[in-house]
Amino acid sequence: MIEVNRQGEVWVFAEQEDGVLHDVSLELCGKARALADQLGVAMGAVLPGAKLDGLPERLIAQGADRVYRVDDERLAHYQTAPYARVVGALIEKHKPQIVIYGATPLGRDLAPRVASAMRAGMTADCTDLEVRDVTDPKTKQVHEKLLLQIRPAFGGNIIATIVNYDWWPQMATVREGVMPMLPPDASRRGQVVEEKVEIDPSLLALKLIERHIEPRRVNLKGARVIVAGGGGVGSKENFRVIHELAGAIGGAVGASRAAVDGGFVGKEHQVGQTGTTVRPALYIAAGISGAVQHRAGMEESAKIIAINKDPDAPIFSVAHYGIVGDLNQVIPMMVKALKERR
Amino acid sequence: MPYDSVVCVKQVPDTANVTAEAMKEDGTVNRAALPAIFNPEDLHALETALEIKDEYGGTVTAISMGPPKAGEVLRDCLYRGADRAILLTDRRAAASDTLATSYILSRAVQTVGRFDFVFCGRQAIDGDTAQVGPQCAEKLGIPQITYLEELVSLSRRTVRIRRNVGSGWEIVEAELPVLVTVIDSANKPRPPAAKRMMRFKRARAEAELVMDVRRALPDASDDERQAEVRRQAEALQQAGLLIEQWDLDDIEADLSRCGLAGSPTKVFKVQAIVLTKEGYTEIPPTEDGVSQLIRELVVDRTLG
Repeated sequence: MIEVNRQGEVWVFAEQEDGVLHDVSLELCGKARALADQLGVAMGAVLPGAKLDGLPERLIAQGADRVYRVDDERLAHYQTAPYARVVGALIEKHKPQIVIYGATPLGRDLAPRVASAMRAGMTADCTDLEVRDVTDPKTKQVHEKLLLQIRPAFGGNIIATIVNYDWWPQMATVREGVMPMLPPDASRRGQVVEEKVEIDPSLLALKLIERHIEPRRVNLKGARVIVAGGGGVGSKENFRVIHELAGAIGGAVGASRAAVDGGFVGKEHQVGQTGTTVRPALYIAAGISGAVQHRAGMEESAKIIAINKDPDAPIFSVAHYGIVGDLNQVIPMMVKALKERR
Repeated sequence: MPYDSVVCVKQVPDTANVTAEAMKEDGTVNRAALPAIFNPEDLHALETALEIKDEYGGTVTAISMGPPKAGEVLRDCLYRGADRAILLTDRRAAASDTLATSYILSRAVQTVGRFDFVFCGRQAIDGDTAQVGPQCAEKLGIPQITYLEELVSLSRRTVRIRRNVGSGWEIVEAELPVLVTVIDSANKPRPPAAKRMMRFKRARAEAELVMDVRRALPDASDDERQAEVRRQAEALQQAGLLIEQWDLDDIEADLSRCGLAGSPTKVFKVQAIVLTKEGYTEIPPTEDGVSQLIRELVVDRTLG
């Protein structure tokens, strides 16, 4: 851990693979920028890897004042121990007050290891962050400008706010897709700091034998409109109506866990706590009852239409428009109405 | 060659299946009313360890940190094939965050002694943090391999594991010992074996006996109850059915690193999610209703 350091910067761990920055890191730059402005400190990005040309500039355009680049061939492919060593060493050297990571498979592998090595706090999978004065309910001591780490817990049945009074830095992983990505500003100026970190060969304990990364075929996060089907669709064959509506409206196909588990559609379509978190302009939920795990992944959508036979389905609690009826009748009506519009 | 595995398992409230009984009038969930279950991904961790034992020999030791009631998941481990079960229970461990929990579990694993593998489920469904596995590995000073989907090969001291990295997979190789976290697509957990259930159904940890005796002898004095617990524990011990029980002293834990004192993160506020039935516009399921809705979405520019 480091001491409470109110001059410390706000950092983002910049996740990249083969020289491409992960979207979540760019999303987090916008949030970190806002937190840094509120605290009156600089915002930094930590960028370990190899062949990182162009990436620091992009992070600066997204809001970073300083990019700490660690360019080392041995960091070309992600491995927990050497990456944790690099991030930990830079935290100890520069003493940031806040460090946030994307809650990606990589981020959630790395961040807890860093926290454990530093004996610092780490909150997993946050959906919101705020800076605010906090009064410790036990000691009544006021802690100025603390990071509130807000996350669903208990299967999404509660929202917990976590704080870290004095075992700094304050660190969290943040779920993909919950922070809006700001448009890059190419005119922003920042500093690229070249860092060298000693990496003991014993840290390179894993050997990468084979790697197979599939390009994302389903772009749920980028979709303006999502048409999602649930268990109420009934079968893989009948899921066709969901595809038809998505086609007619120009949207992506989403699904609840029940639909994925039922084999109606692939897991890459799953929206919700264990799938993708989305916030499209329009979300149409058809035959989805709306378990908390699903709602957690879509309730931030600007407009939600729920179609369900059961008037008591929880999905209606987050809907802006509700249609109580049979999706097999309602969806063809919608397709027809959309076609007539053109 | 045989391999020794330690599996960390947790008993959790079944947050994925919130029943009507657990819903309170105000629309929030009564967590105490949820049934306690074996954390789903921990079953896959146990299965991975048991498959290694089936193929190569060796031992499987299950450890659960929790209240006395967590003895239930340890019995389940014995039913499915674990050789040894240890209940790690201590009031001083309450309110531990992931850093403190991983410290305590790592001390327990070190107290077990020799091991080739430590297996954990990727995450528990009550907190969904996925942090305890990696943090345990760090404290044990061994490599972590998260998100195991398949154990590809194991020969002498070298293991190859295919891990799911979200956007695809990778196969990594490591020298033992390693800590591995397991996801639910890794395997299909075996059911409890009937013979082993018959054999172990009476197995109890002492903390469970204390609870049982308190319930069975509500009017007895403390001394009488203690004597009864001692009597039952000795009988179970002789039958080989006493589940080992450790506290923080048994694992030589530094108390400043346990419980609230050892936890950097504090829960500041908890808000229940309230299910409300408020303010949505009801659209009739008719052609007129639906086309009116589409028009409205075009007018407010939701649809381009």
